[in-house]
Amino acid sequence: MFTSNPFADLSASIPTIYMQGYIVVMILLVMGGTILDMMHKKSAQYFFENAKKAQKSAKRSVGGGEKVAIAASVLVKEVLTSGEFSNPRRRLSHLLTMWGTIIFIVATAIMIFSPAASTSTLLPQLWHIGALMLAVGGYWFWFFIRVDVAAEGLPWFRFERADLFILSLLATSTFALIWSFTGGGLTVYFALFILSSTVLFGGVYWSKFAHMFFKPAAAYQKKITVADGSRENLPPDYDLTDPEVQRKFPDIPMYMGKNPPNMGLCIKAERANHY
Amino acid sequence: MPTFVYMTRCDGCGECVDICPSDIMHIDKKLRRAYNIEPNMCWECYSCVKACPHHAIDVRGYADFAPLGHSVRVIRDEEKGTIAWRIKFRNGKKDMELLAPITTKPWGSATPKLADVPAPSKEMRDSQLLFNEPKYIRMDEGGLHTLESNGLEIKKGVQY
Repeated sequence: MFTSNPFADLSASIPTIYMQGYIVVMILLVMGGTILDMMHKKSAQYFFENAKKAQKSAKRSVGGGEKVAIAASVLVKEVLTSGEFSNPRRRLSHLLTMWGTIIFIVATAIMIFSPAASTSTLLPQLWHIGALMLAVGGYWFWFFIRVDVAAEGLPWFRFERADLFILSLLATSTFALIWSFTGGGLTVYFALFILSSTVLFGGVYWSKFAHMFFKPAAAYQKKITVADGSRENLPPDYDLTDPEVQRKFPDIPMYMGKNPPNMGLCIKAERANHY
Repeated sequence: MPTFVYMTRCDGCGECVDICPSDIMHIDKKLRRAYNIEPNMCWECYSCVKACPHHAIDVRGYADFAPLGHSVRVIRDEEKGTIAWRIKFRNGKKDMELLAPITTKPWGSATPKLADVPAPSKEMRDSQLLFNEPKYIRMDEGGLHTLESNGLEIKKGVQY
């Protein structure tokens, strides 16, 4: 079941050119939606204005080599491994949904565009694994991790327009798996799969789909502000054993000694949860 | 100084919603980002500021020490046991930093072991003194700590 390519059987009912055309239309919808979203929210304008403002309060200039190193660290930590999440459950769920989505979409595109893929057993396996990862991470997020459920104490079935992205992702992966497991072909599950994926890619303007394009840029800018010393106006990261810091803030050596110990995690030792 | 959230820095994790004792930090329904729903009811405990992992929550300083448009940012470092503030005026010329200890002993190491303490006698219960007074207010060391006893004096006028 995992090794059968559901699109190969479908090509008997729907010409491949239509399937390829659908993928191209979805790519165009994502591009258009992202541009409209950027224009509407003025996120790019805000981003560049904010970067200029931060540059004004920079204490040192960041060299080209350092910028490349920062970009590489953003790629490894924030982009590939979702390092911006401090909550490990959210991070793991995001990793599952993100990599599941990427594997699922890329495998779909290759299976539809490459004629040689119809005989491959690896691609259908990847397609199913991607959809499963997406479903596992997505449903975990939806029922247990979503902030409305985890922090606000709202029931899981309550949703807003902001949930369009996760709901369309979940519907796409769920109907894709059901369609494949029920034998593929032109069935009602296929119609629901296409409908949910069209909502997913066509609803970029209304959903948070576009975050995958601007989040890496925001993470890069955040690291640049740390490197150039502007630190988004945050106080410096003081070294309490530094004599200069102790001279400037005499309360530190007076009350904590010249070499203060590590005080432990305090409120970070456990997650606050009043539900 | 009630708190507010920079929505561009917030990732909607809900830590502030969980920790706010006034239950006024909530998640915006459209943007899925935290915000202070009722700044008037904020009692300025700064639990949300301390709990936010992205430093997305700031405080709005009062106009008597910083004119409008300023930035008051804070980092509470549990492991170092310090709190650091930075107050920057809107023209960027006045940029003040403050660092202060918030503990002198590792967290949890100085919790009174009340179970090991003998139960209070009737005289102690009837007394106006609270548990471990006067020891805990240092009366037994020769009186309360005052500016004078510490070799300090009040300077006249408003000090900046």
